[in-house]
Amino acid sequence: MIRIENLSKSFFDENNTVKALKNINLQINKGEIFGIIGLSGAGKSTLIRCLNRLEEPTEGSIYIQGEDITKFDKNRLRDLRKDIGMIFQHFNLFSQKTVYKNIAFPLELEGLPRDQIEKRVDTLLEYVELKDKKYSYPSQLSGGQKQRVAIARALANNPKILLSDEGTSALDPKTTKSILELLRSTRDRFGITIVLITHQMEVIKDICDRVAIMEDGEIIEVNTVEELFKHPKTKTAYEFISRIKSDITEEIIEPNSFKGTVIRLGYSGENAKMPVVSRMIKEFDIEANILSGDINRLLKTSVGHLILELQGKDEEIQKAIKFLIDNNVKVEVM
Amino acid sequence: MAELIIPALLETIYMVFFSTVFSLVLGFPLGVLLVITEKNGIWEKKQLNRILNGIINVLRSFPFIILMILLFPLSRLIVGKTIGTTAAIVPLAIAAAPFVARVIESSLKEIDKGVIESSLAMGCTVSQIIFKVLIPESLPSLILGITTTIINLIGYSAMAGAIGGGGLGDVAIRYGLYRFQTDVMVIAVAVIIVLVQGIQFIGNILSNNINRK
Repeated sequence: MIRIENLSKSFFDENNTVKALKNINLQINKGEIFGIIGLSGAGKSTLIRCLNRLEEPTEGSIYIQGEDITKFDKNRLRDLRKDIGMIFQHFNLFSQKTVYKNIAFPLELEGLPRDQIEKRVDTLLEYVELKDKKYSYPSQLSGGQKQRVAIARALANNPKILLSDEGTSALDPKTTKSILELLRSTRDRFGITIVLITHQMEVIKDICDRVAIMEDGEIIEVNTVEELFKHPKTKTAYEFISRIKSDITEEIIEPNSFKGTVIRLGYSGENAKMPVVSRMIKEFDIEANILSGDINRLLKTSVGHLILELQGKDEEIQKAIKFLIDNNVKVEVM
Repeated sequence: MAELIIPALLETIYMVFFSTVFSLVLGFPLGVLLVITEKNGIWEKKQLNRILNGIINVLRSFPFIILMILLFPLSRLIVGKTIGTTAAIVPLAIAAAPFVARVIESSLKEIDKGVIESSLAMGCTVSQIIFKVLIPESLPSLILGITTTIINLIGYSAMAGAIGGGGLGDVAIRYGLYRFQTDVMVIAVAVIIVLVQGIQFIGNILSNNINRK
């Protein structure tokens, strides 16, 4: 659906050049929800803006449905933009227009007849569950409602791609969930391809199929979300994951302050549902003290970690660890 | 007294009304151009932007009374004479135009950059952004700006009396100052005050009523 080849973007100042994107290569498939995560300044915002050329790439190509959009002239670019919906962190609604007029805007640009516009807007309002707000103004809506209006507006022209630029970053966790739910159902219903950028791992975890991790203008890792949680390849990826975990595990475990051996168990997939630890305790002459742990539900499987303090004879502990490894549990002695 | 004040009031309204209209005709497009041609504007033209800024600054530097005299030839060309209420409209409109341009510029600049970006992302042309986004979104602020312009022109029009433009300012100077008829001056000034207050009041109400932010 989208293929990015050797894409670079530099910003030129009077005396210095900032390389915001360095040789990006990426393939995004039709119908997938693709997340790009990175800290602020990593270049993810520049990257997503290149996809509809709100930013002009300095070098490289972007193929959308086989066509290199970096070569499009003004008119073709406008047509392309009508095929790509976009939502933003701060919603960017027209404050002086009603909800109805906001959603009708892209349709009015197309010059559609009034009754057709009204019908389409009503359908969209129903879809985003804001029928009763048709004649409200954005200032009368909550953040979540504003983003729903923005999503309806972005979908008005039946786009093939939806871009989300930190679409949930200004929302509270509960509202974030509901907006992500809406995005997912949008993909499921309309088969639309969604590209989103975020700095929140929760967003990636909740709805993305695949993810790219950006750092200093480069993509340092592309992975399925499941694989990323199980086996992060880069340190940055690991940090993003552990940040999500530390939401639950607030305390930092200091292994030296325990008498026994402190181990960290990584679960993924089926073994998260198996009573491995309980079997280990039964089979070996050791005591296990649970220090912390969590299990995250991903789209299809669950992954998690558990930190245990094992007390007992050294050889029993070694055997227990081997038992865990044999049962496909990732063990790390801390 | 009334036979002095009422015709003068009508002259003031006549001068201010038409000079407002013409200064908007000249200044509004200038203000829009200033915004769209600036750096990172939707129609970036740095050179043009620099020239426009220069012209506006030069015009705004002129003391109004000097500008009026300099514009005598233009008044003669347009209305056929250099003295009188109609002739005063020419320098009034030209003096106010760069002011209008700045007022419009600052109103349009209040619009969130993100809103313009999202319009671009929807495939808007430059003119669609100007007419369907910039102007409607800044309308409450534009109305306040135009109100300020009208009030400024009331002040300028009082000076226009100096070249025989007539109006309330003229009456205040000729009768009040030169002939020591303080009562005429007081009433003329009082009428101007009422006029200014009334216009500001209407402007505020209009702006507030249409603002949905």
